[in-house]
Amino acid sequence: MRLTNTIYKLSLIFLFACVCSISQAQERGDVLIKNGTVLTITNGTLENTDVLIRDGKISKIGKGLKAASGTREIDAAGKYVMPGIIDAHSHIALSSINEATSPVTAEVWTGDALDPLDISIYRALAGGVTISHALHGSANAIGGQSETIKHRYGTVDMDGLRMEGAPRTIKFALGENPTRVHGERSGIVPKTRMGVEAVFRSSFSEAKQYMEKWEVYNSDKGKKGFKGSAPEYNLRLEALADILKGNIIVHCHSYRADEIYMLMQVFKDFGIKKLVFQHVNEGFKVAPELAEFGAMASVFADWWDYKFEVYYSTAYNAAILTKNGVVTSINSDSGELIRHLYHEAAKTQKYGDLSDDEALKLITINPAKQLGIEKRVGSLEEGKDGDVAIFSAHPLSIYTVPLYTIVDGVVKFDKENDPADMRIYPDPEETIDVTLHDREDEDRCMDMGYSNYLLTDK
Amino acid sequence: MKQMKNIILTLAGVFCVLLSYGQNAKATTGTFALTNATIVTVTSDTIKNGTLIISDGKITDLGTVSAPAGANVIDCKGLFIFPGMIESGARLGLVEVGSDPRTRDYNEVGDIIPQMKALTAVNPNSVLIPVTRVSGVTTSLAVPTGGLFSGTAALINLHGYTPDQMYAGFEGVVLNFPITGKRGRWDRRSDEEIKKEAEKALEKLNEVWEKAEAYSKIDSTILAGKASSKLDYYPEMETLAPVVRGEKTLLVEVNAANDIKAAIEWVKDKNLKVIFTGMSEGWRLAEELAEANIPVITGPVLDIPNRDYDKYDRSYTNAGMMHQAGVKVAIRTNDAENVRNLPYNAGFAATYGLGKEEALKAITITPAQLFGVDDQLGSLEKGKSATLFITDGDPFEPKTQVKYVFINGWNIPMESRQTKLYDEFLDRSPGLKK
Repeated sequence: MRLTNTIYKLSLIFLFACVCSISQAQERGDVLIKNGTVLTITNGTLENTDVLIRDGKISKIGKGLKAASGTREIDAAGKYVMPGIIDAHSHIALSSINEATSPVTAEVWTGDALDPLDISIYRALAGGVTISHALHGSANAIGGQSETIKHRYGTVDMDGLRMEGAPRTIKFALGENPTRVHGERSGIVPKTRMGVEAVFRSSFSEAKQYMEKWEVYNSDKGKKGFKGSAPEYNLRLEALADILKGNIIVHCHSYRADEIYMLMQVFKDFGIKKLVFQHVNEGFKVAPELAEFGAMASVFADWWDYKFEVYYSTAYNAAILTKNGVVTSINSDSGELIRHLYHEAAKTQKYGDLSDDEALKLITINPAKQLGIEKRVGSLEEGKDGDVAIFSAHPLSIYTVPLYTIVDGVVKFDKENDPADMRIYPDPEETIDVTLHDREDEDRCMDMGYSNYLLTDK
Repeated sequence: MKQMKNIILTLAGVFCVLLSYGQNAKATTGTFALTNATIVTVTSDTIKNGTLIISDGKITDLGTVSAPAGANVIDCKGLFIFPGMIESGARLGLVEVGSDPRTRDYNEVGDIIPQMKALTAVNPNSVLIPVTRVSGVTTSLAVPTGGLFSGTAALINLHGYTPDQMYAGFEGVVLNFPITGKRGRWDRRSDEEIKKEAEKALEKLNEVWEKAEAYSKIDSTILAGKASSKLDYYPEMETLAPVVRGEKTLLVEVNAANDIKAAIEWVKDKNLKVIFTGMSEGWRLAEELAEANIPVITGPVLDIPNRDYDKYDRSYTNAGMMHQAGVKVAIRTNDAENVRNLPYNAGFAATYGLGKEEALKAITITPAQLFGVDDQLGSLEKGKSATLFITDGDPFEPKTQVKYVFINGWNIPMESRQTKLYDEFLDRSPGLKK
């Protein structure tokens, strides 16, 4: 009797969970934003203009728009309306970041470690950020595949975060991180930047052989009298082969100009084209080469000097890259910085005089291009996703305040109606307050190296 | 012909200047007249279309005055003059590359080492210093960290070739008030362990303090000539004695609400010259702080809230909430290489409740007052040090460019390694082809 009761309860919970996840996966809203200054990014600035979102998509941009009765209206008079901000480098909403056990771990995927309960998602929304790239860490020369997520905070289902249809991406890493983790600590290649290159060349050569074996098998297996067996299936090599086939965008952690140049040479030799450099602090030194290759760059506005390989950096990096024709974005790599990417983008006006449009592109259409999602997001255009951020003043001004953030037409952040506690799941076992988040602590962790290493990526 | 010769000589001179320095161009000094400027004095009304005269390192006059004969005239039409920004707590000068322990000089071994002097370890030639000062931050408190009494912090101006040339007239002893909470999410200690350790740390603090009080009494007696004996060499106590007597400032680093409460209790009746620093949860005890008349240095403002259940913008609103309750608030970045972001930290505080005017004070006159150097720094007044910066707009707006920086009357070259890299690589030569 008792057992049936339990089963009954369990099935109810299961059913409830199913209903929840279905309804969340389908959550697409309608909003009419009235009379705002609309920063379209790709089509200039439109004064006193309305943006109508229907069923999660931007259905119309124009003046005097009307929506079906009952549609939520936001009065944006005197306010600034821009596409939801996109962060091409983040580790929020992840329960683990670094599979630091081998120089090559192409088989793992951060999409298996999504944490929809992470409060950082809400904090990012409160900074106008609607999409982030949940990247694998930088311990391995070839790290894990990564997931592009939409900040649909409120879902308890990790599938609810995924941006359906976003291209596959993978994390690579050059320089101090992979050489420290593997060479210095474990005594295996790579210990130097020579070794890092060797890891790429051997991995891709192996993957090429693997691909060829399968091609031969696939073409021969139908033939009469075929006797061979299928090559051994290898998930790691499958992923590497997909990079060779152009099915995965490589996002490579990098700092120094020489190693950035090296990876472009390797990719040329293997015919790989989809390449975005991350951090790329010395990208400015090889900006013409980056532009020629068609490699993109996702940089910090002004972070430098936290380690030796970023000692020779400059905050003018984004401006130099942009002016040399490299598609550039500003990223956060931080649960703190992600909350004010609009401010980070504004710093490129101090460091290199970028125009408003150029600066705004760094956090909208450019990161969208780097994630291969520019046809769906990154600008305000009819037919694109209803991802919008509304600011009290121009988003590049220090005096601006994000007021609303909308994902798929659903208002996910509303400053006027923001309850202080936005946790989805408060831990009932937590009795002592977790406080004191300061830099000193982070630095100390960095000393310990390995354990902290797994938690940060810089 | 003569003219031609002059041009050639001038060009050669310019060329020599360009080639003749190693790391940075030399600063120049003399008499300067900054004319046609909007002078934001901070302590009195803003002067429109005014002139500010610099001579012998001081502001010798300002307002509707004329330039003295022979002065270097800098036309500041359309520009704004502000007192130099003061960073109230950072590691600038004490570290070169964050991850490299060989370049870190802010955390000496030991728990009770107030005698360790930050000023000693300041590297006047750090690459980080020009990067910082060209943004208008002219003065910075170099703070040692770690342990219970970490050392003695020192206020430095960001120009000079020896620590003494840089010293800006304030030193204070740093106390890390014992923490009773978890040190972040990765703290794996059990609740019991945390409680025990916190109690032990507080006991230790009280023990040290009693000793310091005793030492101070004996020391005072000897100083007053009432006893002839000499004290044994005891550098910790020697440093703490003037703190105990309320002559030297104690900088108490404390952040969580419970700890702030305990710290307020601890300083009560001790008659100290005290400043609370960090104070990320100061807003929770704003009234109590105001009542206890304890001034605060808080920051970074650009930080995540202390607790998962805090409102997302807590760190932005913190300074404003304390100010509104009547607490005197200065702002710091607590950074090293990016102290240049001080105006943006102040700007966020301004936007989220502190207001523009107060936010500017929080990085100029307020820290100058807290450090007892307001006779020299923190505002533009006749007789004060000519430590200031000149912009083409609002100093908090990222769009604004800093045009000139003066530190103690030295006209600082507006360059750093970062600007030089920009000049070299914006339009690289050779470009793509050899």
